[in-house]
Amino acid sequence: MSTARSSLTRTIASHAILIAYTLLALFPVFVIVVNAFKARRDIFNDPLALPNPESFSLVGFETVTSQGNFLLYFQNSLIVTIASLFCVLLFGAMAAFALSEYRFKFNPLMGLYLALGIMIPIRLGTVAILQMMVATGLVNTHTALILVYTAQGLPLAIFILSEFMRTVSDDLKNAGRIDGLSEYKIFFTLVLPLVRPAMATVAVFTMIPIWNDLWFPLILAPAESTKTVTLGAQVFIGQFVTNWNAVLAALTLAIIPVLVLYLIFSRQLIRGITSGAVK
Amino acid sequence: MTATATPAQKPARRWHIAVFLAPAVIVYTAIMIIPLFSTLFQSLFGPIDGQRGFVGLRNFQTLFGDPRWSANFWNALWNNTWFFIIHMLVQNPIGILLAAILSNPNLRLRGFYRTAIFIPTILSFVIVGFVWKLILSPLWGIAPNMLDAIGMRSLFSPWLGQEGAALTTLALVSVWQFVGIPMMLIYAALLSIPDEIIEAAEIDGLTGYKQFFKIQLPLILPTIGIISILTFVGNFNAFDLIYVSQGAQAGPNGSTDILGTLLYRTFFGFQLQQGDPNMGSAIATMMFLIILVGVSIYLFGIQTRMRRYQF
Repeated sequence: MSTARSSLTRTIASHAILIAYTLLALFPVFVIVVNAFKARRDIFNDPLALPNPESFSLVGFETVTSQGNFLLYFQNSLIVTIASLFCVLLFGAMAAFALSEYRFKFNPLMGLYLALGIMIPIRLGTVAILQMMVATGLVNTHTALILVYTAQGLPLAIFILSEFMRTVSDDLKNAGRIDGLSEYKIFFTLVLPLVRPAMATVAVFTMIPIWNDLWFPLILAPAESTKTVTLGAQVFIGQFVTNWNAVLAALTLAIIPVLVLYLIFSRQLIRGITSGAVK
Repeated sequence: MTATATPAQKPARRWHIAVFLAPAVIVYTAIMIIPLFSTLFQSLFGPIDGQRGFVGLRNFQTLFGDPRWSANFWNALWNNTWFFIIHMLVQNPIGILLAAILSNPNLRLRGFYRTAIFIPTILSFVIVGFVWKLILSPLWGIAPNMLDAIGMRSLFSPWLGQEGAALTTLALVSVWQFVGIPMMLIYAALLSIPDEIIEAAEIDGLTGYKQFFKIQLPLILPTIGIISILTFVGNFNAFDLIYVSQGAQAGPNGSTDILGTLLYRTFFGFQLQQGDPNMGSAIATMMFLIILVGVSIYLFGIQTRMRRYQF
Protein backbone atom coordinates (compact mmCIF):
# COMPACT_ATOMS: atom_id res chain seq x y z
CA MET A 1 0.00 0.00 0.00
CA SER A 2 2.68 2.44 1.03
CA THR A 3 4.79 1.59 -2.01
CA ALA A 4 1.76 2.12 -4.22
CA ARG A 5 1.16 5.53 -2.71
CA SER A 6 4.78 6.60 -2.97
CA SER A 7 4.89 5.52 -6.60
CA LEU A 8 1.73 7.53 -7.24
CA THR A 9 3.33 10.62 -5.72
CA ARG A 10 6.37 9.99 -7.80
CA THR A 11 4.33 9.67 -10.98
CA ILE A 12 2.57 12.94 -10.25
CA ALA A 13 5.85 14.68 -9.49
CA SER A 14 7.35 13.28 -12.70
CA HIS A 15 4.48 14.57 -14.78
CA ALA A 16 4.55 17.94 -13.04
CA ILE A 17 8.24 18.44 -13.84
CA LEU A 18 7.88 17.23 -17.41
CA ILE A 19 4.79 19.35 -18.09
CA ALA A 20 6.50 22.41 -16.62
CA TYR A 21 9.54 21.90 -18.79
CA THR A 22 7.48 21.12 -21.88
CA LEU A 23 5.63 24.40 -21.41
CA LEU A 24 8.93 26.23 -21.07
CA ALA A 25 10.22 24.56 -24.23
CA LEU A 26 7.13 25.24 -26.33
CA PHE A 27 5.97 28.58 -24.97
CA PRO A 28 8.31 30.83 -27.00
CA VAL A 29 7.44 29.02 -30.22
CA PHE A 30 3.75 29.27 -29.38
CA VAL A 31 3.95 33.01 -28.70
CA ILE A 32 5.69 33.70 -31.99
CA VAL A 33 3.43 31.61 -34.19
CA VAL A 34 0.23 32.86 -32.55
CA ASN A 35 1.15 36.51 -32.82
CA ALA A 36 2.29 36.20 -36.41
CA PHE A 37 -1.37 35.89 -37.37
CA LYS A 38 -2.58 38.95 -35.48
CA ALA A 39 -2.87 42.63 -36.28
CA ARG A 40 -0.25 44.95 -34.86
CA ARG A 41 -2.54 46.41 -32.22
CA ASP A 42 -3.51 42.99 -30.90
CA ILE A 43 0.09 41.80 -30.77
CA PHE A 44 0.71 44.44 -28.16
CA ASN A 45 -2.65 44.49 -26.39
CA ASP A 46 -2.91 40.82 -25.64
CA PRO A 47 0.14 38.86 -26.78
CA LEU A 48 -1.03 35.57 -25.27
CA ALA A 49 -4.47 35.47 -26.90
CA LEU A 50 -5.16 33.22 -29.85
CA PRO A 51 -6.02 35.04 -33.06
CA ASN A 52 -9.78 35.51 -33.42
CA PRO A 53 -11.78 36.84 -36.39
CA GLU A 54 -11.27 40.39 -35.15
CA SER A 55 -7.56 40.27 -34.53
CA PHE A 56 -6.65 37.91 -37.37
CA SER A 57 -4.36 39.48 -39.91
CA LEU A 58 -1.87 38.28 -42.47
CA VAL A 59 -0.22 41.65 -42.97
CA GLY A 60 3.11 40.33 -41.69
CA PHE A 61 3.18 37.51 -44.22
CA GLU A 62 2.24 39.97 -46.96
CA THR A 63 5.27 42.09 -46.09
CA VAL A 64 7.51 39.04 -46.02
CA THR A 65 6.34 37.75 -49.38
CA SER A 66 6.52 41.14 -51.05
CA GLN A 67 9.82 42.30 -49.51
CA GLY A 68 11.73 39.12 -48.87
CA ASN A 69 12.90 36.36 -51.14
CA PHE A 70 11.97 33.55 -48.84
CA LEU A 71 11.02 31.09 -51.53
CA LEU A 72 14.49 31.39 -53.01
CA TYR A 73 16.11 31.12 -49.58
CA PHE A 74 14.20 27.92 -48.88
CA GLN A 75 15.28 26.53 -52.17
CA ASN A 76 18.92 27.38 -51.40
CA SER A 77 18.73 25.82 -47.96
CA LEU A 78 17.14 22.71 -49.39
CA ILE A 79 19.74 22.31 -52.14
CA VAL A 80 22.64 22.82 -49.76
CA THR A 81 21.25 20.60 -47.02
CA ILE A 82 20.18 17.72 -49.23
CA ALA A 83 23.37 17.69 -51.30
CA SER A 84 25.59 17.84 -48.20
CA LEU A 85 23.53 15.17 -46.51
CA PHE A 86 23.83 12.90 -49.52
CA CYS A 87 27.61 13.33 -49.65
CA VAL A 88 28.06 12.86 -45.91
CA LEU A 89 25.99 9.68 -45.87
CA LEU A 90 27.50 8.14 -48.99
CA PHE A 91 31.15 9.05 -48.36
CA GLY A 92 30.80 8.50 -44.64
CA ALA A 93 29.29 5.04 -45.04
CA MET A 94 31.94 4.05 -47.57
CA ALA A 95 34.78 5.14 -45.32
CA ALA A 96 33.15 3.58 -42.28
CA PHE A 97 32.83 0.31 -44.17
CA ALA A 98 36.51 0.36 -45.12
CA LEU A 99 37.53 1.06 -41.53
CA SER A 100 35.28 -1.54 -39.94
CA GLU A 101 35.62 -4.30 -42.54
CA TYR A 102 39.21 -4.48 -43.68
CA ARG A 103 42.41 -4.75 -41.77
CA PHE A 104 45.12 -2.75 -43.44
CA LYS A 105 48.30 -1.16 -42.28
CA PHE A 106 47.10 2.35 -41.52
CA ASN A 107 43.61 1.46 -40.35
CA PRO A 108 43.85 2.64 -36.71
CA LEU A 109 45.75 5.73 -37.75
CA MET A 110 43.22 6.53 -40.44
CA GLY A 111 40.38 6.10 -37.96
CA LEU A 112 42.05 8.51 -35.58
CA TYR A 113 42.77 11.01 -38.34
CA LEU A 114 39.15 11.01 -39.47
CA ALA A 115 37.92 11.29 -35.87
CA LEU A 116 39.96 14.45 -35.22
CA GLY A 117 37.22 16.53 -36.77
CA ILE A 118 34.67 15.44 -34.15
CA MET A 119 36.48 17.47 -31.54
CA ILE A 120 38.02 20.26 -33.60
CA PRO A 121 35.46 22.59 -35.15
CA ILE A 122 35.87 23.36 -38.83
CA ARG A 123 35.19 27.04 -38.12
CA LEU A 124 38.73 27.52 -36.88
CA GLY A 125 39.92 27.06 -40.46
CA THR A 126 37.57 29.74 -41.79
CA VAL A 127 40.32 32.19 -42.74
CA ALA A 128 41.97 29.70 -45.08
CA ILE A 129 38.67 28.22 -46.29
CA LEU A 130 37.55 31.66 -47.45
CA GLN A 131 40.88 32.27 -49.20
CA MET A 132 40.60 28.90 -50.90
CA MET A 133 37.04 29.59 -52.05
CA VAL A 134 38.06 33.00 -53.35
CA ALA A 135 40.99 31.46 -55.21
CA THR A 136 38.83 28.79 -56.82
CA GLY A 137 36.00 31.19 -57.56
CA LEU A 138 33.54 29.27 -55.41
CA VAL A 139 32.48 32.19 -53.22
CA ASN A 140 28.73 32.71 -53.38
CA THR A 141 28.02 29.29 -54.83
CA HIS A 142 26.14 26.37 -53.34
CA THR A 143 29.19 24.21 -54.00
CA ALA A 144 31.27 26.08 -51.42
CA LEU A 145 28.71 25.45 -48.70
CA ILE A 146 28.15 21.83 -49.74
CA LEU A 147 31.88 21.09 -49.61
CA VAL A 148 32.29 22.70 -46.21
CA TYR A 149 29.27 20.95 -44.71
CA THR A 150 30.34 17.61 -46.15
CA ALA A 151 33.74 17.97 -44.49
CA GLN A 152 32.06 19.10 -41.28
CA GLY A 153 29.63 16.19 -41.15
CA LEU A 154 31.98 13.36 -42.16
CA PRO A 155 33.93 12.75 -38.93
CA LEU A 156 30.91 12.06 -36.72
CA ALA A 157 29.17 10.12 -39.50
CA ILE A 158 32.18 7.85 -39.99
CA PHE A 159 32.55 7.35 -36.26
CA ILE A 160 28.91 6.37 -35.65
CA LEU A 161 28.54 4.30 -38.81
CA SER A 162 31.72 2.30 -38.30
CA GLU A 163 30.63 1.40 -34.77
CA PHE A 164 27.41 0.16 -36.31
CA MET A 165 28.97 -1.70 -39.19
CA ARG A 166 31.08 -3.74 -36.82
CA THR A 167 27.86 -5.31 -35.59
CA VAL A 168 26.84 -6.55 -39.04
CA SER A 169 27.37 -10.29 -39.11
CA ASP A 170 30.48 -11.56 -40.87
CA ASP A 171 28.64 -14.70 -41.96
CA LEU A 172 26.33 -12.67 -44.10
CA LYS A 173 29.17 -10.85 -45.85
CA ASN A 174 31.17 -14.06 -46.28
CA ALA A 175 28.11 -15.78 -47.72
CA GLY A 176 27.93 -12.92 -50.20
CA ARG A 177 31.60 -13.36 -51.05
CA ILE A 178 31.11 -17.08 -51.64
CA ASP A 179 28.24 -16.23 -53.97
CA GLY A 180 30.72 -14.16 -55.92
CA LEU A 181 29.54 -10.68 -54.98
CA SER A 182 32.14 -7.98 -55.38
CA GLU A 183 33.11 -5.94 -52.32
CA TYR A 184 31.14 -3.00 -53.75
CA LYS A 185 28.03 -5.15 -54.14
CA ILE A 186 28.44 -6.43 -50.60
CA PHE A 187 28.59 -2.89 -49.34
CA PHE A 188 25.70 -1.50 -51.35
CA THR A 189 23.30 -4.45 -51.29
CA LEU A 190 24.08 -6.24 -48.00
CA VAL A 191 25.56 -3.80 -45.51
CA LEU A 192 23.88 -0.49 -46.36
CA PRO A 193 20.30 -1.75 -45.93
CA LEU A 194 21.24 -3.22 -42.55
CA VAL A 195 22.61 0.04 -41.16
CA ARG A 196 19.64 2.12 -42.28
CA PRO A 197 18.60 3.03 -38.71
CA ALA A 198 22.09 4.35 -38.01
CA MET A 199 22.05 6.24 -41.30
CA ALA A 200 18.81 7.92 -40.25
CA THR A 201 20.34 9.03 -36.95
CA VAL A 202 23.40 10.37 -38.70
CA ALA A 203 21.15 12.11 -41.21
CA VAL A 204 19.25 13.99 -38.53
CA PHE A 205 22.39 14.88 -36.60
CA THR A 206 24.02 16.13 -39.78
CA MET A 207 21.00 17.95 -41.15
CA ILE A 208 20.12 20.13 -38.16
CA PRO A 209 23.41 22.02 -37.85
CA ILE A 210 23.63 22.49 -41.61
CA TRP A 211 20.14 23.90 -41.93
CA ASN A 212 20.67 26.17 -38.94
CA ASP A 213 24.21 27.36 -39.66
CA LEU A 214 24.75 31.09 -39.91
CA TRP A 215 28.55 31.33 -39.90
CA PHE A 216 29.41 29.83 -43.29
CA PRO A 217 26.50 31.30 -45.28
CA LEU A 218 27.42 34.68 -43.82
CA ILE A 219 31.07 34.32 -44.82
CA LEU A 220 31.09 32.12 -47.92
CA ALA A 221 27.77 32.79 -49.62
CA PRO A 222 26.15 36.05 -48.52
CA ALA A 223 24.89 36.95 -52.02
CA GLU A 224 21.16 37.33 -52.49
CA SER A 225 21.02 34.40 -54.91
CA THR A 226 22.70 31.93 -52.55
CA LYS A 227 21.37 33.08 -49.17
CA THR A 228 20.10 30.24 -47.04
CA VAL A 229 16.91 30.67 -45.09
CA THR A 230 18.79 31.11 -41.81
CA LEU A 231 20.86 33.96 -43.18
CA GLY A 232 17.92 35.35 -45.12
CA ALA A 233 15.75 35.49 -41.99
CA GLN A 234 18.58 37.12 -40.05
CA VAL A 235 19.10 39.84 -42.64
CA PHE A 236 15.38 40.37 -43.17
CA ILE A 237 14.66 40.72 -39.47
CA GLY A 238 17.61 43.07 -39.11
CA GLN A 239 16.06 45.37 -41.72
CA PHE A 240 12.48 45.16 -40.49
CA VAL A 241 13.27 45.20 -36.81
CA THR A 242 10.52 47.68 -35.94
CA ASN A 243 7.89 46.00 -38.09
CA TRP A 244 6.70 43.44 -35.59
CA ASN A 245 4.22 41.78 -37.91
CA ALA A 246 6.90 41.16 -40.48
CA VAL A 247 9.42 39.91 -37.93
CA LEU A 248 6.98 37.48 -36.37
CA ALA A 249 5.85 36.25 -39.78
CA ALA A 250 9.44 35.71 -40.92
CA LEU A 251 10.22 33.78 -37.74
CA THR A 252 7.12 31.64 -38.23
CA LEU A 253 8.11 30.89 -41.80
CA ALA A 254 11.55 29.85 -40.57
CA ILE A 255 10.17 27.68 -37.77
CA ILE A 256 7.43 25.75 -39.57
CA PRO A 257 9.48 23.70 -42.10
CA VAL A 258 12.01 22.56 -39.50
CA LEU A 259 9.21 21.69 -37.14
CA VAL A 260 7.40 19.63 -39.77
CA LEU A 261 10.59 17.82 -40.76
CA TYR A 262 11.37 17.12 -37.14
CA LEU A 263 7.92 15.75 -36.38
CA ILE A 264 8.25 13.42 -39.37
CA PHE A 265 11.70 12.18 -38.39
CA SER A 266 11.58 12.39 -34.61
CA ARG A 267 10.66 8.74 -34.14
CA GLN A 268 13.54 7.70 -36.38
CA LEU A 269 15.88 10.05 -34.52
CA ILE A 270 14.96 8.75 -31.10
CA ARG A 271 15.07 5.14 -32.21
CA GLY A 272 18.52 5.77 -33.67
CA ILE A 273 19.85 7.38 -30.53
CA THR A 274 18.40 4.84 -28.17
CA SER A 275 19.48 1.84 -30.20
CA GLY A 276 22.97 2.62 -29.05
CA ALA A 277 24.48 4.60 -31.85
CA VAL A 278 25.70 7.29 -29.48
CA LYS A 279 26.77 5.89 -26.19
CA MET B 1 39.40 -10.65 -44.13
CA THR B 2 42.91 -9.91 -43.08
CA ALA B 3 46.00 -8.51 -44.66
CA THR B 4 47.57 -11.94 -44.47
CA ALA B 5 45.42 -13.13 -47.35
CA THR B 6 47.14 -14.79 -50.26
CA PRO B 7 49.37 -12.47 -52.28
CA ALA B 8 47.33 -13.02 -55.41
CA GLN B 9 44.28 -11.45 -53.78
CA LYS B 10 46.14 -8.62 -52.17
CA PRO B 11 46.26 -6.02 -54.95
CA ALA B 12 42.53 -6.38 -55.68
CA ARG B 13 41.70 -5.90 -52.00
CA ARG B 14 43.87 -2.83 -51.69
CA TRP B 15 42.12 -1.08 -54.52
CA HIS B 16 38.63 -1.24 -53.18
CA ILE B 17 39.78 -0.13 -49.73
CA ALA B 18 41.23 2.94 -51.39
CA VAL B 19 38.06 3.51 -53.38
CA PHE B 20 35.91 3.28 -50.25
CA LEU B 21 38.12 5.67 -48.33
CA ALA B 22 39.05 8.14 -51.06
CA PRO B 23 36.02 10.47 -51.27
CA ALA B 24 35.77 10.99 -47.52
CA VAL B 25 39.50 11.39 -47.01
CA ILE B 26 39.90 13.79 -49.91
CA VAL B 27 37.04 16.11 -48.97
CA TYR B 28 37.92 16.00 -45.29
CA THR B 29 41.60 16.69 -45.89
CA ALA B 30 41.10 19.40 -48.48
CA ILE B 31 38.31 21.34 -46.78
CA MET B 32 39.01 20.74 -43.14
CA ILE B 33 42.54 19.67 -42.26
CA ILE B 34 44.55 21.73 -44.77
CA PRO B 35 42.64 24.99 -44.13
CA LEU B 36 42.90 24.41 -40.40
CA PHE B 37 46.66 24.09 -40.47
CA SER B 38 46.98 26.79 -43.07
CA THR B 39 45.07 29.11 -40.73
CA LEU B 40 47.36 28.20 -37.85
CA PHE B 41 50.33 28.85 -40.13
CA GLN B 42 49.03 32.24 -41.28
CA SER B 43 48.99 33.49 -37.73
CA LEU B 44 52.77 33.72 -38.15
CA PHE B 45 52.49 36.10 -41.11
CA GLY B 46 51.70 39.76 -41.35
CA PRO B 47 52.43 42.97 -43.20
CA ILE B 48 56.10 43.98 -43.38
CA ASP B 49 56.74 47.29 -45.17
CA GLY B 50 53.42 47.00 -46.96
CA GLN B 51 54.00 43.42 -48.01
CA ARG B 52 52.92 40.21 -46.39
CA GLY B 53 55.73 38.22 -44.91
CA PHE B 54 56.82 36.00 -42.09
CA VAL B 55 56.68 37.86 -38.78
CA GLY B 56 57.11 35.01 -36.31
CA LEU B 57 55.11 35.49 -33.16
CA ARG B 58 54.49 39.22 -33.69
CA ASN B 59 50.72 38.75 -34.04
CA PHE B 60 50.64 37.02 -30.69
CA GLN B 61 52.78 39.76 -29.18
CA THR B 62 50.20 42.25 -30.41
CA LEU B 63 47.36 40.11 -29.14
CA PHE B 64 48.77 39.86 -25.64
CA GLY B 65 50.96 42.94 -25.49
CA ASP B 66 48.85 45.70 -27.03
CA PRO B 67 46.49 46.80 -24.25
CA ARG B 68 43.54 47.22 -26.62
CA TRP B 69 43.89 43.75 -28.15
CA SER B 70 44.69 41.97 -24.93
CA ALA B 71 41.78 43.60 -23.10
CA ASN B 72 39.45 42.40 -25.86
CA PHE B 73 40.92 38.93 -25.85
CA TRP B 74 40.84 38.35 -22.10
CA ASN B 75 37.34 39.81 -21.93
CA ALA B 76 36.16 37.39 -24.62
CA LEU B 77 37.94 34.45 -23.01
CA TRP B 78 36.46 35.17 -19.58
CA ASN B 79 32.98 35.68 -21.04
CA ASN B 80 33.35 32.42 -22.92
CA THR B 81 34.40 30.62 -19.74
CA TRP B 82 31.38 32.00 -17.90
CA PHE B 83 29.18 30.92 -20.81
CA PHE B 84 30.57 27.40 -20.42
CA ILE B 85 30.20 27.37 -16.63
CA ILE B 86 26.51 28.26 -16.92
CA HIS B 87 26.01 25.42 -19.39
CA MET B 88 27.71 22.90 -17.13
CA LEU B 89 25.81 24.04 -14.04
CA VAL B 90 22.38 24.42 -15.59
CA GLN B 91 22.11 22.50 -18.84
CA ASN B 92 23.60 19.20 -17.78
CA PRO B 93 21.80 18.79 -14.42
CA ILE B 94 18.47 19.64 -16.06
CA GLY B 95 19.26 17.21 -18.87
CA ILE B 96 20.06 14.45 -16.38
CA LEU B 97 16.92 15.14 -14.36
CA LEU B 98 14.66 15.05 -17.41
CA ALA B 99 16.33 11.91 -18.76
CA ALA B 100 16.04 10.17 -15.39
CA ILE B 101 12.33 10.91 -15.24
CA LEU B 102 11.77 9.91 -18.84
CA SER B 103 13.61 6.61 -18.46
CA ASN B 104 10.90 5.28 -16.16
CA PRO B 105 9.27 2.67 -18.42
CA ASN B 106 5.87 2.99 -16.74
CA LEU B 107 5.55 6.69 -17.40
CA ARG B 108 2.81 7.62 -19.83
CA LEU B 109 3.20 10.12 -22.65
CA ARG B 110 6.97 9.61 -22.66
CA GLY B 111 7.17 9.99 -26.41
CA PHE B 112 5.27 13.25 -26.32
CA TYR B 113 7.48 14.83 -23.66
CA ARG B 114 10.65 13.66 -25.39
CA THR B 115 9.56 15.09 -28.71
CA ALA B 116 8.37 18.39 -27.23
CA ILE B 117 11.42 19.04 -25.06
CA PHE B 118 13.74 18.40 -28.00
CA ILE B 119 12.01 20.97 -30.24
CA PRO B 120 14.11 24.02 -29.23
CA THR B 121 17.27 22.10 -30.18
CA ILE B 122 16.23 21.85 -33.81
CA LEU B 123 15.54 25.56 -34.16
CA SER B 124 18.23 27.80 -35.58
CA PHE B 125 20.05 30.39 -33.50
CA VAL B 126 18.43 33.07 -35.59
CA ILE B 127 14.99 31.96 -34.48
CA VAL B 128 16.01 31.35 -30.88
CA GLY B 129 17.88 34.63 -30.58
CA PHE B 130 15.04 36.76 -31.92
CA VAL B 131 12.30 34.85 -30.14
CA TRP B 132 13.89 35.47 -26.77
CA LYS B 133 14.79 39.00 -27.67
CA LEU B 134 11.11 39.66 -28.34
CA ILE B 135 9.91 37.84 -25.25
CA LEU B 136 12.37 39.61 -22.97
CA SER B 137 11.73 42.94 -24.62
CA PRO B 138 10.30 45.55 -22.27
CA LEU B 139 8.50 46.99 -25.31
CA TRP B 140 6.35 43.96 -25.94
CA GLY B 141 5.96 43.14 -22.31
CA ILE B 142 5.45 39.38 -22.34
CA ALA B 143 8.08 38.66 -19.71
CA PRO B 144 7.17 41.60 -17.43
CA ASN B 145 3.46 40.79 -17.67
CA MET B 146 4.04 37.15 -16.83
CA LEU B 147 6.14 38.10 -13.84
CA ASP B 148 3.37 40.53 -12.92
CA ALA B 149 0.89 37.66 -12.94
CA ILE B 150 2.85 35.87 -10.23
CA GLY B 151 3.47 39.11 -8.36
CA MET B 152 7.15 39.46 -9.17
CA ARG B 153 7.14 42.29 -11.63
CA SER B 154 9.80 44.11 -9.68
CA LEU B 155 12.21 41.34 -10.67
CA PHE B 156 12.00 42.28 -14.31
CA SER B 157 14.58 44.41 -16.01
CA PRO B 158 15.72 44.57 -19.64
CA TRP B 159 18.36 41.91 -19.04
CA LEU B 160 19.71 41.79 -22.58
CA GLY B 161 20.53 45.48 -22.40
CA GLN B 162 22.38 45.35 -19.13
CA GLU B 163 26.11 44.81 -19.03
CA GLY B 164 25.94 42.68 -15.92
CA ALA B 165 23.08 40.42 -16.97
CA ALA B 166 23.23 40.11 -20.75
CA LEU B 167 25.79 37.31 -20.96
CA THR B 168 24.13 35.17 -18.30
CA THR B 169 20.76 35.70 -19.97
CA LEU B 170 22.14 34.60 -23.32
CA ALA B 171 23.83 31.58 -21.74
CA LEU B 172 20.49 30.58 -20.25
CA VAL B 173 18.81 31.03 -23.63
CA SER B 174 21.45 28.75 -25.10
CA VAL B 175 20.81 26.25 -22.30
CA TRP B 176 17.10 26.40 -23.08
CA GLN B 177 17.92 25.59 -26.68
CA PHE B 178 20.34 22.74 -26.13
CA VAL B 179 19.07 20.92 -23.07
CA GLY B 180 17.60 18.31 -25.44
CA ILE B 181 21.03 16.97 -26.35
CA PRO B 182 22.21 15.90 -22.87
CA MET B 183 18.69 14.72 -22.20
CA MET B 184 18.66 12.43 -25.23
CA LEU B 185 22.18 11.06 -24.77
CA ILE B 186 21.67 10.32 -21.08
CA TYR B 187 18.25 8.86 -21.81
CA ALA B 188 19.90 6.50 -24.30
CA ALA B 189 22.59 5.58 -21.78
CA LEU B 190 19.98 4.91 -19.09
CA LEU B 191 18.00 2.67 -21.41
CA SER B 192 21.11 0.64 -22.18
CA ILE B 193 21.51 -0.38 -18.52
CA PRO B 194 20.31 -3.98 -18.34
CA ASP B 195 17.15 -4.70 -16.37
CA GLU B 196 18.92 -7.32 -14.24
CA ILE B 197 21.06 -4.67 -12.58
CA ILE B 198 18.02 -2.57 -11.74
CA GLU B 199 16.16 -5.62 -10.49
CA ALA B 200 19.11 -6.65 -8.34
CA ALA B 201 19.16 -3.17 -6.83
CA GLU B 202 15.44 -3.35 -6.13
CA ILE B 203 15.85 -6.71 -4.41
CA ASP B 204 18.51 -5.08 -2.26
CA GLY B 205 15.97 -2.43 -1.33
CA LEU B 206 17.32 0.42 -3.44
CA THR B 207 14.55 2.39 -5.12
CA GLY B 208 13.75 5.89 -6.26
CA TYR B 209 16.41 8.57 -6.21
CA LYS B 210 18.70 6.47 -3.99
CA GLN B 211 18.76 3.86 -6.70
CA PHE B 212 19.47 6.57 -9.24
CA PHE B 213 22.46 8.00 -7.39
CA LYS B 214 23.93 4.62 -6.38
CA ILE B 215 23.30 2.57 -9.51
CA GLN B 216 22.38 4.54 -12.60
CA LEU B 217 24.52 7.64 -12.11
CA PRO B 218 27.87 5.80 -11.84
CA LEU B 219 26.95 3.82 -14.93
CA ILE B 220 26.23 6.90 -17.03
CA LEU B 221 29.31 8.86 -15.93
CA PRO B 222 31.12 8.17 -19.23
CA THR B 223 28.16 9.67 -21.09
CA ILE B 224 28.25 12.72 -18.84
CA GLY B 225 31.94 13.02 -19.65
CA ILE B 226 31.23 12.98 -23.38
CA ILE B 227 28.47 15.55 -22.96
CA SER B 228 30.80 17.82 -21.00
CA ILE B 229 33.46 17.78 -23.67
CA LEU B 230 30.90 18.31 -26.43
CA THR B 231 29.53 21.27 -24.47
CA PHE B 232 33.05 22.63 -24.04
CA VAL B 233 33.88 22.43 -27.74
CA GLY B 234 30.48 23.83 -28.70
CA ASN B 235 30.72 26.76 -26.30
CA PHE B 236 34.25 27.80 -27.17
CA ASN B 237 33.28 27.85 -30.80
CA ALA B 238 29.90 29.55 -30.34
CA PHE B 239 29.09 32.63 -32.35
CA ASP B 240 25.62 32.59 -33.86
CA LEU B 241 23.47 33.27 -30.83
CA ILE B 242 25.50 36.28 -29.72
CA TYR B 243 25.78 37.62 -33.27
CA VAL B 244 22.05 37.31 -33.85
CA SER B 245 20.87 38.84 -30.63
CA GLN B 246 23.60 41.40 -29.88
CA GLY B 247 25.29 41.97 -33.23
CA ALA B 248 28.96 41.60 -34.08
CA GLN B 249 29.84 44.25 -31.47
CA ALA B 250 28.53 41.87 -28.82
CA GLY B 251 27.04 44.67 -26.80
CA PRO B 252 26.21 46.20 -24.43
CA ASN B 253 29.76 47.49 -24.33
CA GLY B 254 31.37 44.17 -25.27
CA SER B 255 29.90 42.43 -22.27
CA THR B 256 28.69 39.48 -24.35
CA ASP B 257 31.78 39.25 -26.55
CA ILE B 258 33.02 35.67 -26.83
CA LEU B 259 35.88 34.22 -28.85
CA GLY B 260 33.68 33.49 -31.89
CA THR B 261 32.46 37.07 -32.20
CA LEU B 262 35.95 38.43 -31.56
CA LEU B 263 37.30 36.22 -34.35
CA TYR B 264 34.57 37.41 -36.69
CA ARG B 265 35.19 41.10 -35.97
CA THR B 266 38.93 40.72 -36.26
CA PHE B 267 38.83 38.74 -39.49
CA PHE B 268 36.19 40.80 -41.29
CA GLY B 269 36.56 44.12 -39.62
CA PHE B 270 33.71 46.08 -38.23
CA GLN B 271 32.75 49.70 -38.77
CA LEU B 272 36.02 51.65 -38.56
CA GLN B 273 38.22 48.67 -37.82
CA GLN B 274 39.82 47.03 -40.87
CA GLY B 275 39.60 43.29 -41.31
CA ASP B 276 42.87 41.50 -40.64
CA PRO B 277 43.19 37.84 -41.71
CA ASN B 278 46.47 37.38 -39.88
CA MET B 279 45.24 38.64 -36.54
CA GLY B 280 42.09 36.61 -37.18
CA SER B 281 44.29 33.56 -37.67
CA ALA B 282 46.08 34.34 -34.42
CA ILE B 283 42.76 34.36 -32.57
CA ALA B 284 41.68 31.16 -34.33
CA THR B 285 44.98 29.63 -33.24
CA MET B 286 44.30 30.57 -29.63
CA MET B 287 40.82 29.02 -29.90
CA PHE B 288 42.40 25.91 -31.37
CA LEU B 289 44.86 25.68 -28.47
CA ILE B 290 42.13 26.20 -25.88
CA ILE B 291 39.97 23.50 -27.42
CA LEU B 292 43.00 21.22 -27.76
CA VAL B 293 43.84 21.63 -24.08
CA GLY B 294 40.24 20.92 -23.08
CA VAL B 295 39.99 17.85 -25.29
CA SER B 296 43.37 16.55 -24.07
CA ILE B 297 42.35 16.97 -20.43
CA TYR B 298 39.25 14.97 -21.22
CA LEU B 299 40.95 12.25 -23.24
CA PHE B 300 44.00 11.70 -21.06
CA GLY B 301 42.91 12.95 -17.66
CA ILE B 302 39.28 11.94 -17.40
CA GLN B 303 38.35 9.35 -19.94
CA THR B 304 41.18 6.93 -19.20
CA ARG B 305 40.42 7.01 -15.48
CA MET B 306 36.74 6.48 -15.89
CA ARG B 307 35.57 2.99 -15.23
CA ARG B 308 33.54 1.54 -18.02
CA TYR B 309 31.17 -1.30 -17.52
CA GLN B 310 30.57 -3.91 -20.13
CA PHE B 311 27.20 -5.56 -20.08
